[in-house]
Amino acid sequence: MSTVIDSGDADRLDAAWWIDRIVKVLVFAGGISAIVFILGIFAFVTKEGFGFVLKDMDVVEFFTSPNWRPTSDTKPTHGILALLAGTASITGFAMLISVPFSLGAAIYIGEFATGKTRETLKVLVEMLAAIPSVVWGFIGLSIMNPLIIDLFDVPVGLCMLNAGLILGLMAAPIMTTIAEDALKAVPDGYREAAEAMGATRWQVIWKVVIPAAKNGLVAAVLLGVGRGFGETMAVLMASGHSINMPEGVFDPVRALTATIAAELGETVAGDTHYQALFTLGILLFAVTFVINLTADLVVRGIRKK
Amino acid sequence: MVATSTTSKVSVRDLTIRYGQNAVLRNASFEIPENEIFGIIGPAGSGKTSFLRALNRMDEFTPGMSVDGSITLDGKDVQTWRNLYALRRRIGVVFPLPVGLPLSVYGNVALSPRLRGMKRPDLDDIVERCLRRAALWDEVKDRLDALGSLLSGGQQQRLTIARALSQEPDLLLLDEFSIAVDPVTTMRIEDVLKELKKEVTIVLVTNLVQQARRLASRTAFFLNGECVEVGETEELFTGTVQDQRTRDYVEGRFG
Ligand SMILES: Nc1ncnc2c1ncn2[C@@H]1O[C@H](COP(=O)(O)OP(=O)(O)OP(=O)(O)O)[C@@H](O)[C@H]1O
Ligand SMILES: [Mg+2]
Repeated sequence: MSTVIDSGDADRLDAAWWIDRIVKVLVFAGGISAIVFILGIFAFVTKEGFGFVLKDMDVVEFFTSPNWRPTSDTKPTHGILALLAGTASITGFAMLISVPFSLGAAIYIGEFATGKTRETLKVLVEMLAAIPSVVWGFIGLSIMNPLIIDLFDVPVGLCMLNAGLILGLMAAPIMTTIAEDALKAVPDGYREAAEAMGATRWQVIWKVVIPAAKNGLVAAVLLGVGRGFGETMAVLMASGHSINMPEGVFDPVRALTATIAAELGETVAGDTHYQALFTLGILLFAVTFVINLTADLVVRGIRKK
Repeated sequence: MVATSTTSKVSVRDLTIRYGQNAVLRNASFEIPENEIFGIIGPAGSGKTSFLRALNRMDEFTPGMSVDGSITLDGKDVQTWRNLYALRRRIGVVFPLPVGLPLSVYGNVALSPRLRGMKRPDLDDIVERCLRRAALWDEVKDRLDALGSLLSGGQQQRLTIARALSQEPDLLLLDEFSIAVDPVTTMRIEDVLKELKKEVTIVLVTNLVQQARRLASRTAFFLNGECVEVGETEELFTGTVQDQRTRDYVEGRFG
């Protein structure tokens, strides 16, 4: 048996060649289908909501009126200002809590904790991130609610404060994980060089590590904001879900997402109410898309340098 | 406190450095005199860098690294300095590969003075002075705001020297500074060092025995964790040596 390579081998397609081919096709199909699904969802949401945008929507009322009464018999109104305010106030409050907490946690895990402590904390944070949102909603409903009533002496504890706290707790683990990754990406040589100069640990973190990880940290915060905007179940359960321009942290509020989740079941497919809810969907889609895109661009900003 | 002769900047006594169980420097003892360049030569893995790390107590951040015996700086054991950061501020370090911090040229040199609380315009003065002393000022004076990492390798190395000088150290540790630098720049930096030794004690770790010969008044030869010999540099090259391995190494007849 000769093993001499003759010119025939150049055209013989062996197993490795076929496997390579097949894998290529599969990976391509996987990548494409993800894009197709996203476009498909976007097309569907747009199609369902567009009838309303073209026909019934009064743009000024939509964005400036706080009255969301799509089921009114006499005069249905579709103002989303209160819903926007609800979502924005809950998300804002949540960020107020979770940004300092998660950046602090990321700095502790990434820069101070070592060995076992570090590994344990990382696993714990990842476990926190895996808690389903309905469980968080349940915590808001059955633990935070009575707690807020007792502590602050208010009639109901389902309010902006409650939803904001819950959402902050939910967003914190993800933000911590991403922020910690950003800190880890800073080369150890930077830390060592600064330490050798006599910088204290805190000075190293503040003057060298955080500036170097800045983009990643901003991205972590933005993804947290995106999460807050899109969260539905927990917010529905903890916010009080009543249409209201919030004036204080104890006011019950209603979020865009929760509105869709709660009302879609009562609609008849294709009617104005149904289409209006899908318009809210388009809006959410657009906002979340912009936030994620910004986060992505910010992260890319790091790599370019 | 250990009493030492007045001319010794650093005294090393029975120094043993370990990573876990593995001793990479054993029972080294020698003196580093003030205001001169002290060379350390020796093949890869002989413990030169480990010695420098023990000197400014970088062992604190290296898991598993332990130091026995004593290193005294100006008569005071470095292990007994309560304020580790104050110790490190007195010791400038230049690493083998230039570590340009992710800051501007100006920011790199200004970092240490800033950490000490210095503000403009004093800061501008010290940045210019240090860049001049590192023979870099003329090349970068128009681009102080550019990122330090955009400079060429040789410029970055001089930037790290300027950064080390900005600490106003009285001890300067250089670890194979010429590894990423062209011969011309190396010569310029060597001239800078000759100038600097009037004010600063310099420990020069180098793989180039001729560099030690050009610069160092005294030189130590490390081999596999052993401090084989310490003496006048010229003696190691031309005079009598206590250990034949030293002569073999400096003449390139090794292994
Ligand atoms: N962090 C560490 N953990 C474990 N072992 C280490 C560590 N750093 C260095 N060593 C070991 O210690 C020994 C001495 O290393 P050191 O860096 O001091 O050598 P060197 O003389 O500076 O060598 P080179 O000329 O290659 O820089 C080597 O065997 C090395 O593998
Ligand atoms: Mg070394």
